[in-house]
Amino acid sequence: MILVLVFLPLLAGLAAFALRSPAVRRGLLIGTALVHAALTAICWKTTPGAALGGWLALDAAGLLFLSITSGLFLVASFYAAGYLGQQANKHTTDVEEGMLFDNAPEAVFIGCLLLFLATMTLVTVSQHFGLLWVAVEATTLASAPLIYFHRHHRSLEATWKYLLVCSVGIALALLACFFLGVAATPPNGEGFPLVLTELVAKAQQLQTPWLKAACLLFFVGYGTKMGLAPLHTWLPDAHSEAPSVVSALLSGAVLNCAFLGLVRVQQVCVAAGLGAFGRDVWVLLGLVSLVVGAVFIIGQTDYKRLLAYSSVENMGIIALGVGLGSAGAFGAMLHAVNHAIAKAMLFLLSGNILAHYQTKNIAQVRGLLSAAPVTGVLWVAGFLAITGTPPFGLFLSKFTILKAAIDGGRTWIGIMFLVSLGVIFIGMTTAFFGMAQGVPDKVASGPANRDRWWQIAPPAVLGLLVLWLGLAVPGPLNNVLRQIAATLGDAP
Amino acid sequence: MNNTNIILVLVVLTNLKLLGSSRLGASIRVVAMQGVVLGLLPVLAHTNELSLRYAVLAAGTIALKGIVFPWFLFRAVREAEVTREVEPYVGYVTSLLAGVMILAVSFWMCERLPMPETLASSWLAPVAFFSIFAGLFLIVSRKRAVNQVLGFLVLENGVYTFGVGLAPHTSLLVEAGVLLDVFVAVFVMGITIFHINREFDHIETNRLSTLKD
Repeated sequence: MILVLVFLPLLAGLAAFALRSPAVRRGLLIGTALVHAALTAICWKTTPGAALGGWLALDAAGLLFLSITSGLFLVASFYAAGYLGQQANKHTTDVEEGMLFDNAPEAVFIGCLLLFLATMTLVTVSQHFGLLWVAVEATTLASAPLIYFHRHHRSLEATWKYLLVCSVGIALALLACFFLGVAATPPNGEGFPLVLTELVAKAQQLQTPWLKAACLLFFVGYGTKMGLAPLHTWLPDAHSEAPSVVSALLSGAVLNCAFLGLVRVQQVCVAAGLGAFGRDVWVLLGLVSLVVGAVFIIGQTDYKRLLAYSSVENMGIIALGVGLGSAGAFGAMLHAVNHAIAKAMLFLLSGNILAHYQTKNIAQVRGLLSAAPVTGVLWVAGFLAITGTPPFGLFLSKFTILKAAIDGGRTWIGIMFLVSLGVIFIGMTTAFFGMAQGVPDKVASGPANRDRWWQIAPPAVLGLLVLWLGLAVPGPLNNVLRQIAATLGDAP
Repeated sequence: MNNTNIILVLVVLTNLKLLGSSRLGASIRVVAMQGVVLGLLPVLAHTNELSLRYAVLAAGTIALKGIVFPWFLFRAVREAEVTREVEPYVGYVTSLLAGVMILAVSFWMCERLPMPETLASSWLAPVAFFSIFAGLFLIVSRKRAVNQVLGFLVLENGVYTFGVGLAPHTSLLVEAGVLLDVFVAVFVMGITIFHINREFDHIETNRLSTLKD
């Protein structure tokens, strides 16, 4: 079952490179996404057996992140199919500098999308730290060609930064894996394999100094990929230059996959009695990310970069939540789900706006509500969701984290959290309402700019989901979140 | 001096040569040499338990780092009709001095760490750290995209050196996966360099500076 989940998109991706007919390729993309999502749904009913001698297994955390990835990919695949239909076989004029450029071949795009799904699935099911590393690095490599879909110099620059910054960061995570290997070799004893369950079971035998060093290097390595400030430098560039559907997957799925890597590290730290040490790092990185996000959101002129910095901010909130112990970790996991859905929705909508207005500049987008009513309404709804306004899910998760901070007696952290959120709310309000209201210019109100179904349905579905999660957290999800939170808080 | 230490000395020398080298072609050849030398490390470091596994690993490493990568990088560079200078931000003499400093710091640092007894040589960890830091230094101090890839490879070689010292605990599947990832990384980076050449008529990363806040 687990092997099917990994190999299905892998084989489909390889097949997509070879297929000649665009229609068949797009069908393959949507078909694979549907089957993958259906298999993931079955995993909620019956836990699949472990594969490769326990190296691949699906625990609560893996299941949660697999579901996020698979669900987002399904929604995004519909958008991608429509988007590719619109972009097919023509020279495109760049919206910022007016030059002509080509797109990457569609076979490469769809092939890499499917390989990307395969690598992300592998991240979620890996129980072995070495294999996890291989999978995380593979997600970088599979997604780099996706960022370079529009072949012009800005996307090339973004791709280069993404490749180099993430590869170097992740190379340090490999060093961390080896450090963990040293930590797992007791003096005068036989070492044990770097499988999560083994490490947690024998955590008391781990050598503390090496485990601490490994933990810090993991934070540098996977933290780069997760977009935690000050290691986030690749993130705004890659998110703003990639096609919107790729930005949605990067923000919703990839950042969470890197986060899962760090969650595994924290699980080992907690079992080894180093939970407090790990939590301090989480809180520190979380607060820095929140502040950096707030600073760059205020006065941001590009709406895709605005969304990217909002991702840095939200990753900060998630990190902060994990740093606040068991109750905070529950909120953090819930926030990871909510943020993935809301941010993917906003990125897909930003693609619609870019198509209608031909600009990424916030000041040049006016009157979205009258030019493209459905996109406009969803855009405002997405804004309310991402800033944590009730009744959307992000309100609930942010509130849980805030409550964890206050209950834990860490009032100052709570205050910093609230102040950053306030600043971000003001920054985003000016940007979003300026775009929604006013009178649209000629380009945007032309008849060619009607919203199409593939532009509307995917973000609308995501919007309803995040609204639902705000009204009630479903029972099975609640159970899974509790199980994860229990592994991240110190045992009483 | 045993075989392992000879290899480690060679790694140190190649790193220093790389820091002081002014030609792009020479740099690629030096990194290729380092790759071949390191490919021999697992075979020589674990002579008492020589097995098929180490032989396969060594052959794969040498083939990739010694033949495939240099060939691919030379191809990527040849497309660019530009001077073959490295064009550093930091001068060659300063780079060399920095390299020696890094080497000293690496040895000093590893004196203070509790090393596991399974390490094949007491020089292994300091040399590994030296390669890692030298790789990072090369990435930030050179303009050329190819040089940044070489820096990444040196960094990866450093991590690999450390990993080989602990080989009993890592498994063939993971090692093969790592090797595959590095291969694809260099492949994708090489293609990107090719596109940078075509798009900009140069491969200097300091001109990749449109995107910022």
